[in-house]
Amino acid sequence: MTDALTSTTSAPVPEKRSGRGPWATALSRLRRSRSAVLSSLVLLIIIVMCALAPFYASLAGSDPFRSNLGGKIMLNGAEVAVMQPSTTGLGLGVSPIGPTWTTQYMLGADTQGRDVAARLLYGGRNSLFIAGAATVICLILSAVIGIVAGFSGGVVDMVLSRIMDVLWAFPVYLLAISLSIVLLNSSFSIGPFTVTSGSLILPIGIIGVIYVPYVARPVRSKVLTLRNSEFVLASVGLGMPVHRVLTRDILPNVVPTLIVFVPILLALAIVTESALSFLSIGVQPPDASWGTIIQDGQTLLYSRPMVALAPGVAIAVTVLALNVLGDCLRDALDPRFKLG
Amino acid sequence: MIATILNRLIQMAFVMFGISVLVFLIFFATPGSDPAARIAGRNAAPETVAQIRHDFGFDRPLPVQYALLMKRLFITRDLTSFVNRGQQVIPQVIDAVPATLSLVTGAAILWVLGGIGVGLAAAAMRDTWVDRSLMILALIGISMPVFWLGEVMNLLSQSRFHDTWLFSWVPGLGYVPLTEDPAGWAKALVIPWLTLAVLYIGIYARILRANVIEAYSEDFIRTARAKGLSERRVLIRHAFRTSLLPFVTMFGLDFGALVGGAALLTEVVFGINGVGRLTFQALQNLDLPVILATVMYASFFVVAANAIVDLLYAAIDPRMRT
Repeated sequence: MTDALTSTTSAPVPEKRSGRGPWATALSRLRRSRSAVLSSLVLLIIIVMCALAPFYASLAGSDPFRSNLGGKIMLNGAEVAVMQPSTTGLGLGVSPIGPTWTTQYMLGADTQGRDVAARLLYGGRNSLFIAGAATVICLILSAVIGIVAGFSGGVVDMVLSRIMDVLWAFPVYLLAISLSIVLLNSSFSIGPFTVTSGSLILPIGIIGVIYVPYVARPVRSKVLTLRNSEFVLASVGLGMPVHRVLTRDILPNVVPTLIVFVPILLALAIVTESALSFLSIGVQPPDASWGTIIQDGQTLLYSRPMVALAPGVAIAVTVLALNVLGDCLRDALDPRFKLG
Repeated sequence: MIATILNRLIQMAFVMFGISVLVFLIFFATPGSDPAARIAGRNAAPETVAQIRHDFGFDRPLPVQYALLMKRLFITRDLTSFVNRGQQVIPQVIDAVPATLSLVTGAAILWVLGGIGVGLAAAAMRDTWVDRSLMILALIGISMPVFWLGEVMNLLSQSRFHDTWLFSWVPGLGYVPLTEDPAGWAKALVIPWLTLAVLYIGIYARILRANVIEAYSEDFIRTARAKGLSERRVLIRHAFRTSLLPFVTMFGLDFGALVGGAALLTEVVFGINGVGRLTFQALQNLDLPVILATVMYASFFVVAANAIVDLLYAAIDPRMRT
């Protein structure tokens, strides 16, 4: 059906000579790519599922943030304890219930007796939110730094580029972990904003900052070529004020470069967040994220592997969809963009 | 050539200086981070904190503190840990290097072979189902978090299939020094090698495929075909060779970063006492001397790898010489 629609709008003229703008061309390329449609669909489903987390939690009747060690659920008409007496070893202690594959405790319980499926959905909200917000921060910072460095040149460019060099040579994970550990237990205020310990702002800010060099560098080199292009020289020669040249000539041409980075950054941010949370220096309890659930599941790895497996699969599927979408977006927007 | 090398050395020194300042600032000048309070412990009396602040020199101006730390790290080389009093930092880092080097070197061999194999196979059979499924596999490899893949591998090899012929040879977690027991060393590292390599095989295969396919549209490939060379020879001797340049660059950077401690997550999951794990433990205790030493060590590898790649580039590709 979409084929019929696009064929009527893009008519018999060959694509290269169509009078449409670059955005419309890119969009129609995307819509015709099966992998782009499929990966967007997968992402949409994941986002909707995470958005419906409270709905599932109320359906299952469990609070995913409070421990439920003495809880009992109905399973096949019989009452079953969430924390069951251990059957292995000396028979001491309890182990959480495994996947029931019913509405209640669909994926089993964690060490606190909490519903893993509900936590997975709530955790997904945090993981996706952190990734999204960090990506926005990273893009804004990179655009500002890249454009300022590339357009002003001279000393400003040199200073900014050297700072980027230093950040570039600092292994990202080490930088992220250093910042997280120092900032984790402190509450401080920057201007009017007070950051309390354990706030989501910390991982967002940290992940937003550490990937700036990777985006700012290509933006800067793009701006460098733009600055010497004829239409920018013409604008400058006509006496346009700098802010007008920047917003009307430079920025619109940088936007495609930035957009190509969106899915890549989202994917990187999700993985980085999960790594930080896995090392228990990202999202702090009682909040959950996919990384913290993997961390929760580490002690249960051999007895109840589902706790650690489910969030990992969620991360892998989301990141896979983002990577596929990223490839398609790059092909659609910037066919000459090279991988790496 | 000498001027280039000298220039690179100055740049290296500058970047390492920048990183050391950055690390120092993160741990001493960030709001809310008071090293004296950390060392004193949770419920220490204010006098104790003040005493520690004075003993460790935290009450002196920041540049002086920085200079003292750097002097003890590089010149007198007797910097000691804040947490384990009296323990020297440099031998600690040196002791951790063999484990990291073993892990990363083995993984690197796997990922270079795997990346080239998969990349060339996909490029040679491009747009067939083989190509498509290889590229989907590569993307899946890139999309899995390495620490999670490590946990899954542990689950399979240590628990679920440990009693079958498949994984019964896998020893418990941990590192066995090569000098003590070469066979045990290899056995203990096979699973970590595979885990670490998967991500990079995916990345390298994708990049190699893209570069080979791009090379196929170049004139010299047409010339090679027109000469009557076999398709295999065109692929290996012409397309592959030009595609190797970006491959070499990336390899240098990734290898440098991993040896420098970026393999931290793999080391933590598999209980390998390498530099990454050392860094992570030092970070958790806020043991600044150890952190400074490991991060300086890490940045040295990253920066050195960068420089070597640049010089290699100039040697391989005549166009890069200026």
